[in-house]
Amino acid sequence: MTNTILRALLSYWWRSPLQLFTFLMGLALATGLWSGVQAINSEARASYDAAAATLGEGQFDQLVPRVGDRIPQSVYVDLRRAGWLASPILDVTFKGVRFVGIDPLTTPTQMSFSSGSGFSLEDTDLIFGNAEVASVLEGFVEVTKDKSIPPGIAIADIGVVQRLFKRNDLSRLMVLPEQPIRRPDLVKIAPELVVQPSQQIADVAALTDSFHLNLTAFGFLSFAVGLFIVHSTIGLAFEQRRGMIRTLRSLGVPLSNLLSLIIVEMGLLVFVGAVLGILMGYTIAAMLLPDVAATVEGLYGARVSGTLSLRPEWWLSGIGLAFLGAGMALAVRIWQIMQMPLLSAVQPRAWAIASAKRIRGIAILGMILLGFSGLLALIGTGLGQAFALIGFLLIGSALVLPWLTIKLLDFAPGKGVITSWFWADTRQQMPGLSLALIALLLAVSANIGVSTMVSSFRVTFVSFLDQRLAPELFVRVEEEKTASALEKYLLERELEVLPLLTVERPVVGQPAKLYGVRVGRTYRESWQFLGADPDVWDQVSKGEAVIVNEQLARRNNLWVSDEVDIAPGLNLPIAAVVGDYGNPQGQVVMGELLFRKLYPNAVATSFGIRTTDTADLRKAIQSDLEVPDSGIINQASIKSMSLEVFERTFAVTAALNILTLGVAGFAMLMSLLTLAGMRTPQLAPVWALGLTRTRLGVLELARALGLSLIVFICAVPLGLALAWALLNVVNVEAFGWQLPMFFFPADYAFLGGLAILATLIAAAWPAIQMVRKPPATLLKVFSNER
Amino acid sequence: MLLELKDITKSFSGVDGDVEVLRGVSLGLDAGETLALTGESGSGKSTILHISAGLEVPDGGSLHLEGVEINGLGEAERANLRRSEVGIVFQQFNLIPSLTVEANIGFQAALAGRRDKLFESELVEALGLSDQLKQYPESLSGGQQQRVAIARALAVRPKLLLADEPTGNLDESTASAVLTAMLDLVGRTGAALMVVTHSAALAEKMDRRVRLKGGVLL
Ligand SMILES: Nc1ncnc2c1ncn2[C@@H]1O[C@H](COP(=O)(O)OP(=O)(O)OP(=O)(O)O)[C@@H](O)[C@H]1O
Ligand SMILES: [Mg+2]
Repeated sequence: MTNTILRALLSYWWRSPLQLFTFLMGLALATGLWSGVQAINSEARASYDAAAATLGEGQFDQLVPRVGDRIPQSVYVDLRRAGWLASPILDVTFKGVRFVGIDPLTTPTQMSFSSGSGFSLEDTDLIFGNAEVASVLEGFVEVTKDKSIPPGIAIADIGVVQRLFKRNDLSRLMVLPEQPIRRPDLVKIAPELVVQPSQQIADVAALTDSFHLNLTAFGFLSFAVGLFIVHSTIGLAFEQRRGMIRTLRSLGVPLSNLLSLIIVEMGLLVFVGAVLGILMGYTIAAMLLPDVAATVEGLYGARVSGTLSLRPEWWLSGIGLAFLGAGMALAVRIWQIMQMPLLSAVQPRAWAIASAKRIRGIAILGMILLGFSGLLALIGTGLGQAFALIGFLLIGSALVLPWLTIKLLDFAPGKGVITSWFWADTRQQMPGLSLALIALLLAVSANIGVSTMVSSFRVTFVSFLDQRLAPELFVRVEEEKTASALEKYLLERELEVLPLLTVERPVVGQPAKLYGVRVGRTYRESWQFLGADPDVWDQVSKGEAVIVNEQLARRNNLWVSDEVDIAPGLNLPIAAVVGDYGNPQGQVVMGELLFRKLYPNAVATSFGIRTTDTADLRKAIQSDLEVPDSGIINQASIKSMSLEVFERTFAVTAALNILTLGVAGFAMLMSLLTLAGMRTPQLAPVWALGLTRTRLGVLELARALGLSLIVFICAVPLGLALAWALLNVVNVEAFGWQLPMFFFPADYAFLGGLAILATLIAAAWPAIQMVRKPPATLLKVFSNER
Repeated sequence: MLLELKDITKSFSGVDGDVEVLRGVSLGLDAGETLALTGESGSGKSTILHISAGLEVPDGGSLHLEGVEINGLGEAERANLRRSEVGIVFQQFNLIPSLTVEANIGFQAALAGRRDKLFESELVEALGLSDQLKQYPESLSGGQQQRVAIARALAVRPKLLLADEPTGNLDESTASAVLTAMLDLVGRTGAALMVVTHSAALAEKMDRRVRLKGGVLL
């Protein structure tokens, strides 16, 4: 018996390969979306790590020679014997490529060169670099390509670099953060070395964390969309087989046998669909991300250089997603079958939402959810509530959509008989189309949300780097004497010099950093504010007001023109609030003169220098003032390097857009196909009354076009609201600052065009079917009432 | 007695309140006996058939098949009984659209685990379906589909054969072939046959005739 039932169940797929295809595709797209987002997220993470590593290269204290740039290996050995925990580094520049030899065994794990970014130096003689570096060095050494390595850098084991350049010394030593409590003074063991304190040029850790959090949020969004699609796909398959299930039961197939076989059948199909989806998401992500290849190894998570790796968690979670969605849908359907009287009407019901009356009820529920969401936006606190806000917003909008669409259709133009029949017919189809429209809404608004979020990040990040890394060269010296000599030297050359004056002191009762800045062209031109008086820099340079960072402002509920205490007994108004994505600490920026008056003991030992000729100036400073090479940082090149690394990540938008739109278009196709099948009886009379099949087909296309336009119009505000919630609510809750939100109307219009195109393609199939439907099929409607 | 209905009542909930379709129907059918059930459209003939097959649950009264009270049985036991003891020809045929005619014909017999290819080919021959075996139901005419449904019910060799308007879509000569096939089965296996029909000619051929009116049998 089992065989017979199973054969009957499967015969359905056999006879309708199209249905099988849509079923598998639905599942595959859902899991594909999920695994694609995961892959992209990890790619973004790798890029950010690489950029952060570049920017935060100075995140550890270093030991550098007082004079010159070489440290004998024996000094290192002595230090280690004495208990210092340090890791040796050898820098050699060759053909414009900086070879960095590191010791994988002692490199601090926090440094992403040695962890997390795709390659390992242990037990290997390989030299790693990106594709560009590899081509520069072609013929000199073999470079293993690894996209996670910052541009212009080749990394290898220190022994490899020493052998390559016939060196037996070191350039610098990295001091590990964890040191033994008692260790002898440096002067006692290695008087020729000095400690160079860590200097975080622009720490983007918080910014990247925020980016990942937001991408993860979108990962969940895609998970939800995926669940939704799986649910609908299963629902559709059941609707279409309602009649068969009824017949099977009336011929004496026990319900329990039937249900267990259906579960087995669905399980098999879901598994196949999910695996297809994982492959698809992986391939699409790899195709859309430059420099990344999809390999079989990458698919099971092996880290191969230049390969997108898909970790087993995503495999499993993707399959889990498919089964979760399928399980939920199956539970509903099985419950329905159990309730279904044996002889209930065989007419397939529309896909899910049944009647116009229910649409209104559902819309009311949706509005309540939207109300909750609005309430949370106003009074919510905490990350959990921020995410609840997003959830309510999405679900609420989805539930309101069908009703809203019907309302909007009232404004549709039309006087003629056919037009009014057409719109009335469209309204009547809303219950059947609503799930597809919801899928389209979710997909398009997720797209708008993602691209707004990612692009806002990009703009913010670039301007943040511009602001923080404006001086092309950054010099740090050890002694005050050298510092004043350096400043004099630079001023004589008529360069803009920006001394870095800083003290730490509590402000508004919390630890903060105070900066004294020399107001000049650089600050006036490159700093952008979240809120400011018109003449910020004039006030600051006169010592009449200060600038605070966003963290400090938000934490203490202060804004422009409020006052802060910057020295005992001295309060000054805030002239501007500046976005600061680098650190959690409060910062106050004041004019140099005021700073020197308030804190006469603070001396600037670091200087930013504006110059167009970084290489020459660098050499000149080194030779004229005997500043070690490691004390000079070329910020211009760091900036361009990190921007280059980041650009890769922004391909995520494109990848996500294509995936989500594919999903939406597919959902549309599925429901249009179902409706097309069920609608023959409704269209037949219109046809019989004199409307040609071609005309009917064209009308079907017009309908899809109109509906997708309405959905798109609804999706824009929803997508923007999503992005707003992520940038302004989630971020503030998680990190203490907002990301400014930028609008990209051209992108949205393009997206809208794509969405409408996807719908048209989806609608074309049933429309063509309509046009080619043999009159006999239409006639059958009249000849027998089935 | 093979089938015994006693004081069966059944109502359906309609738009304006419940409609009492059967108001105490009693009916007995012996093995080897044939019965015609007539009545106006909408009088409840199909409902009686469905109740007899255990497909529909009556609101009141008792129903015995081979001495077993069906109303007391669970869903699985009803299904078992229906699968192996009852052959039913639905008014709407209820063929499985994704299976060929041949597979449809053998379907219930296969479920019951007693497929007999030889007998099936006799049926196919007798009902004039030889040329349609490889086709799918959607490409058959109404009358052809009806004959497939009849062949499927007969192929099980049920103890109780229920047919809802089995000749409704058929011309006279095909109708008589269908009748012959059904009576042949009754003769060979001693099955009981209940036929719902509007055709006086068909009703004439049955041992007994009952008429349903106002929810009771006349
Ligand atoms: N599932 C149901 N739900 C509601 N009403 C039903 C249902 N099945 C049957 N009825 C109603 O019960 C009455 C009897 O239906 P039934 O199908 O038994 O009539 P019939 O005698 O077979 O008619 P016909 O000769 O037209 O086939 C009808 O009024 C019908 O509308
Ligand atoms: Mg009937």
